[in-house]
Amino acid sequence: MEVRIEAVAKDFDRHPALHEIDLAIASGELAALVGPSGSGKTTLLRLIAGLETPGRGRILFGEEDASRLSVQARRVGFVFQHYALFRHMTVLENVGFGLSARPRALRPARAEIDRRARELLELVQLGGLEKRYPPQLSGGQRQRVALARALAIEPRVLLLDEPFGALDAQVRRDLRRWLRELHDRTGHTTVFVTHDQEEALELADRVVVMSQGRIEQAATPDEVYDRPATAFVHGFIGESSRLPVRVEGGEVFLDDRPTGLRADWEGPAELFFRPHQALVGDGAGGLAGMVTGGRRIAGVRRVELELGAAHRRVEVDLPLAQSCAPGTLLAFRPTAFRLYPLAGEGRPADRAPARQLAHG
Amino acid sequence: MVDIARTLFFPGLPAAGASRDCTSETPGVRAGLIAASLLFLALFLLAPLAAVFAQALSAGFGAWAAALVEPDALSAIRLTLLVAVIAVPLNCVFGLAAAWAAAKHEFRGKAFLISLIDLPFSVSPVIAGLIYVLLFGAGSAIGPWLSAHGVQVLFAVPGIVLATVFVTVPFVARELIPLMQAQGTTEEEAALSLGASGWRTFLRVTLPNVKWGLLYGVLLCNARAMGEFGAVSVVSGHIRGMTNTMPLHVEILYNEYNFQAAFAVASLLALLALVTLVLKTALEARLGGGAPGRVR
Amino acid sequence: MALALPALRRPSVIPGFGLTLGFTILYLSLVVLIPLSGVVWRTADLGWAEFLRLATDERTLAALKVSFGCAFAAAALNVVFGALVAWVLVRYRFPGRPLLDAAVDLPFALPTAVAGIALTALYAPDGWIGGPLAALGLKIAWTPLGIVVALVFVGLPFVVRTVQPVMEEIEREIEEASATLGASRARTVFRVLAPSLSPALLTGFALAFARGVGEYGSVIFIAGNLPYRSEIAPLLIVIRLEEFNYAAATAIAAVMLAISFAMLLAINSLQAWSRRRYGHG
Repeated sequence: MEVRIEAVAKDFDRHPALHEIDLAIASGELAALVGPSGSGKTTLLRLIAGLETPGRGRILFGEEDASRLSVQARRVGFVFQHYALFRHMTVLENVGFGLSARPRALRPARAEIDRRARELLELVQLGGLEKRYPPQLSGGQRQRVALARALAIEPRVLLLDEPFGALDAQVRRDLRRWLRELHDRTGHTTVFVTHDQEEALELADRVVVMSQGRIEQAATPDEVYDRPATAFVHGFIGESSRLPVRVEGGEVFLDDRPTGLRADWEGPAELFFRPHQALVGDGAGGLAGMVTGGRRIAGVRRVELELGAAHRRVEVDLPLAQSCAPGTLLAFRPTAFRLYPLAGEGRPADRAPARQLAHG
Repeated sequence: MVDIARTLFFPGLPAAGASRDCTSETPGVRAGLIAASLLFLALFLLAPLAAVFAQALSAGFGAWAAALVEPDALSAIRLTLLVAVIAVPLNCVFGLAAAWAAAKHEFRGKAFLISLIDLPFSVSPVIAGLIYVLLFGAGSAIGPWLSAHGVQVLFAVPGIVLATVFVTVPFVARELIPLMQAQGTTEEEAALSLGASGWRTFLRVTLPNVKWGLLYGVLLCNARAMGEFGAVSVVSGHIRGMTNTMPLHVEILYNEYNFQAAFAVASLLALLALVTLVLKTALEARLGGGAPGRVR
Repeated sequence: MALALPALRRPSVIPGFGLTLGFTILYLSLVVLIPLSGVVWRTADLGWAEFLRLATDERTLAALKVSFGCAFAAAALNVVFGALVAWVLVRYRFPGRPLLDAAVDLPFALPTAVAGIALTALYAPDGWIGGPLAALGLKIAWTPLGIVVALVFVGLPFVVRTVQPVMEEIEREIEEASATLGASRARTVFRVLAPSLSPALLTGFALAFARGVGEYGSVIFIAGNLPYRSEIAPLLIVIRLEEFNYAAATAIAAVMLAISFAMLLAINSLQAWSRRRYGHG
């Protein structure tokens, strides 16, 4: 089921939580809403579910205007961050609840409800736990019961609010992979909210990056990582360093000194690059900084550098073998970078599209 | 107009059609439930309170005051105060000792001890009086011996005090035990490690930490001590001007069909209850979220 | 005592254990345990046959029936209205709500004798409430209905104050989950919320019931006190005492104590069970 969000806005006590949002989620797509807390991602999810009412705009499920439907009639499968299982009901009763809550004419027989609930418990690999009560389950098991319960109503859209937020790291990783497989098998249109960009990149077909009630970028994980639409996205997704620069005659200057980088730009800008997108060492040329510290990250050594009198900090990756004592001067040059308009220059820095970067 | 009335009387209600909050009832149902519970509380709580004052002042302010300064009434007031002045401090000391033992230490049988402290709450007040009649009455071992030595317990002030102490035993302890348990022992351990004596630790660290809870317990203990009827009635002997507390005096006046005077004395007790409620609400604000929802 | 105790307790640097525990036990023994045990001794002195004769005396049985029956009815009413009041106080914001919240504790603070004469004045045939009801042919004061009215007054805060904190803890997510699964509001309230409140409601019921059985002051004025009809068990104890019939008074007391302790035990196990099962009391 395709979900279209058209010009939806929401205020809480006159404080805007969402500015006009437009977003289309294709049928069968697995989309991630990602952003810092307060970015409006959970509000957007709850608007789709009907748990909040939009101030303006409408939400379409296929051709139907869902914003006219009550939560009950909307038939969305919602998985809550803290599971929200009914603790006085067994696992089986929890999963069967949605079917037994249907109006009498549409309600399957008791045995049929139980059969379907058991089937779903098998699907989420919890067969045999039907008679347990939620407090007797582990966090990961509860999460899967919540998912089975949401799937039981044959939802038109599956919505998950921070589905792995309350789980520890190992369970999180396993459950993530498992959710992806389950999605590929069942093909539900799925939207999940996370504050963890890594989770969004790994799991989703499409990543919707949000900040301050606006969508910054909605694109594939590769697109979002390689071509961030705004400075915010570049800073939020993946690791990056930023430097305030000025471009004159196609040449990039840092603190009025040439960097050896060239760009199709004019005037002040903010330069972003990723730690692994830097050529380091003698003869790299362009920029240089004082090593202030370093740490090992998996297969590389990430070194912190301080640049110039303003002590600007950047990070670059070195091969593990190359050691680098604090205090040494290190030359480097970004092999790829992106420029964004400087915030506070009168231009809406977050929203203007970035100029295509030039290689230095 | 309807909207104005709505915002005046139910400011929490959303305007019609603005929201379909799935975690609440429709405005109509809400208004109905609020009205039903208001009606219930009005009939069962507020009306009796209003009735007390209406009846007390039915013959005017002068008659009300006259009923209170009448000698038997004055002696009842004095006795009630005396009983409270003895019973409340006793149970206060007991509550502090019990809370120190039960909240700051771990020992076998602790749960049992705590339920023993609550025991008087589950005993009918009449039985609370009866046990002292059995203990000190004519058929007992101690009673005749005591009266032979000139000590009168039953139908005298000591019996009234004992019965009152019995019914108010749990009040202070049951406020302090959970509070002190929640606060743990780290502050006391810190004080001791800094060289403070046990007594000094109690006075300077523990007591200031529980002072509002202690006051709360004392308040409830006092309200019950002054208002106790059943237990006191059994042991008092109803000797006018001698062993009558205020609640007993109310009963006597009422049974003599002197309703106005009965309600005048009752209104004084009702005022005490109102003051107690006001102070209690203020203390709950100080004690924070844990306080409302206390039972008994 | 102080020498024997350390074996029973976990070692701790906090001093004063022997002193405070010793004082606590001594005080409880003198004020509560020794006097209460008098009832047990006196009952044992009676002998089984005599005790049974006294306890099954027709008037005694009638009084126990009135006490337990009225307490049960009042506690049941209080579960309904107490849950309603608690819900309104927890969920809705309206002017005067804090005042109402405080007023719920009035029965704890108001001396029972005062409540008794006030309720009698109200519900008597010439009272503010009793008058209109009498016109409808419903007599409350001086009938068992009057006893129920008094016990509703006395028991209300037990139910409200037991249920209120549990209602406050209900997570909105639970209700939202139920709604997204298609359940109507009524179904959410009765199938999802009510069952999770039932342990608290039962506890409140038991507390109100236990209090109602032993209640004296607020009842005797409104009850009419007709033997076999509106005479409560605590009043019969007082009557027997005034007749110096200590044996009969003790027998009634023993029966009431036994039942109250059984209730207390039931309440405690109920709370322990609900804590285990639902994670709250």
